[in-house]
Amino acid sequence: MLHLRVAEPMRECEYSQISTRSSTPMETPYKKRTPKRRKWQAFPGRNKFYCNGRIMMARQTGVFYLTLVLILITSGLFFAFDCPFLSMQITPAIPVIGGVLFVFVLGTLFRTSFSDPGVLPRATPDEAADLERQIDVANGSSSGYRSPPRTREVVINGQTVKLKYCFTCKIFRPPRASHCSLCDNCVERFDHHCPWVGNCVGKRNYRFFYMFILSLSFLTIFIFAFVITHVILRSHRYGFLNTLKDSPASVLEVVVCFFSVWSIVGLSGFHTYLISSNQTTNEDIKGSWSSKRGKGNYNPYSYGNIFTNCCAALCGPLPPSLIDRRGFVQSDTPQPLPPTNGITMYGSTQSQSHMCDQAQCIQSTKLVLQAAATPLLQSEPVILTDEAFLPGRTSLGGPCSGALPLGGHPTPPTSTPKLSCDNDMLPFRNEQSNGLRHHHTDGGHHHFLTPEEAPSPPGMLPCGSPLGHSHTIQGFYNPASQDSLHEDSVRGLVKLSSV
Amino acid sequence: MAETHNLQDLQHQAAVASKVYVQRDYNSGTICRFQTKFPSELESRVDRQQFEETMQTLNNLYAEAEKIGGKSYLEGCLACMTAYTIFLCMETHYEKVLKKIARFIKEQNEKIYAPLGLLLTDPIERGLRVVEITIFEDRSIGSGR
Repeated sequence: MLHLRVAEPMRECEYSQISTRSSTPMETPYKKRTPKRRKWQAFPGRNKFYCNGRIMMARQTGVFYLTLVLILITSGLFFAFDCPFLSMQITPAIPVIGGVLFVFVLGTLFRTSFSDPGVLPRATPDEAADLERQIDVANGSSSGYRSPPRTREVVINGQTVKLKYCFTCKIFRPPRASHCSLCDNCVERFDHHCPWVGNCVGKRNYRFFYMFILSLSFLTIFIFAFVITHVILRSHRYGFLNTLKDSPASVLEVVVCFFSVWSIVGLSGFHTYLISSNQTTNEDIKGSWSSKRGKGNYNPYSYGNIFTNCCAALCGPLPPSLIDRRGFVQSDTPQPLPPTNGITMYGSTQSQSHMCDQAQCIQSTKLVLQAAATPLLQSEPVILTDEAFLPGRTSLGGPCSGALPLGGHPTPPTSTPKLSCDNDMLPFRNEQSNGLRHHHTDGGHHHFLTPEEAPSPPGMLPCGSPLGHSHTIQGFYNPASQDSLHEDSVRGLVKLSSV
Repeated sequence: MAETHNLQDLQHQAAVASKVYVQRDYNSGTICRFQTKFPSELESRVDRQQFEETMQTLNNLYAEAEKIGGKSYLEGCLACMTAYTIFLCMETHYEKVLKKIARFIKEQNEKIYAPLGLLLTDPIERGLRVVEITIFEDRSIGSGR
């Protein structure tokens, strides 16, 4: 008793010490335990945020830096080595125009890369429950086993469009929206995920993306043409070899521009076609509105003429961001399902072995829970299960154990960030229902056929297209029951590990 | 201001009985439009005509925000020419209308729905997916004004 009495005042001191840590000593002992977080800090998707939520990008930004470096170096060399000669010999307007183009290219690139592409926020738990109820009523089945794929049909402009249910975001995707598996978000009017700009291209940044590739085409052609002009003019005067010696950078510029021109101009042409017909890359690749699908198949979103389609896509009203990155998280307002901090923490190596580790994790936690359930007197089974647990635990390695203290359950490893993972998925898929396997393989074949038909750089589309089709991967999302089981087992493991 | 305070009081005092969600209506395409069908849970609470009028006005406001016409083209072209830097100082037309919608919902809540024990949530807070209507239990007597 006395012991307790002594302990209490000490505890109180401890508490008051903590509470006055970051504030004036005169402040009352009661203080908010956690500071207010901004919504971007609790964002469930796989995005990176900078400048306190003002900048939003995809997780893998390596290729974006490559794009930036290429543009900066090529333009820099042009301004440093070619422009002095050209401005003297021809006209000083050349560096001026080049400068304007360069600034425009960078501006649109940053705008494309840093802005929200049109991410749809995930459903709040109440909303999700309400939808589930509606679906159950519609299907006439009780919850317990996984109901068939959930779709809703709407008739838009005379064309029947299927709205698919997104298992990650727990919403029915609006028409033209798609779930990006790289970013783990549903994006409105999803075009594709572009690694070159390090972001998805969707409703809100499509016009910036188009302006970027268009202005980059002009800049590339401009630099290419004028570097050639420079080399030719100089060669007339000083000879070809001397020219190369005086201005070695020109060779590099020509090489870079030559290879860029084909891909970028081609891409601009492709997107000009898409804009004029009001289609997304996603729809074009899938052939959603092509006449090959059926006689009465047409694009219900097109305004009928090219001019209106272009104006609507480029000059239409800019919708606001729906995710409110810089707002504060309210404790009383409903929050969507807990962020998948676990998955972002343990990096992007979503290989098959990792999935096996997770399966082992589930197995070993089940064993541990069973062990905990058995009475302590039965020492033998406990020892056995402990032994079984320990090797399992070590094989988990960093990633899984890293996830546990966070308390959040990792999302099912079906949303793969790398192209190669699509192939890795095949053996894993066998464990899932067979009926869905065919769908994905068909989809998979479909992806890799069409990019050859489409006039776009092969380097880009194969990365973009499977992810445009990432909603097919959603079919392999673990059933809700398995999710809760995994969550329970993880919680159980946390509790046991703290003992 | 005092009325808002009462709304918050209402929220704290009364218990949330249930929430009704009015989903998006995609029959006209991807434009923002909510279903005007009267939810059955509100039968006993609010007048059907009133509710449908509210939803229709809301839909009209969103249509105004997304309207493609001369003004929006002008804004788009101006923005393009200034390399989109103009949005650092200027508000887009859509944002202006969203503010208008927020005011409209607040006004509707104060005048019509709060006295009936209902609360409409601005759809923008739910990602323009649903109009969330919270039904409060009829514990508090009257509007407590």
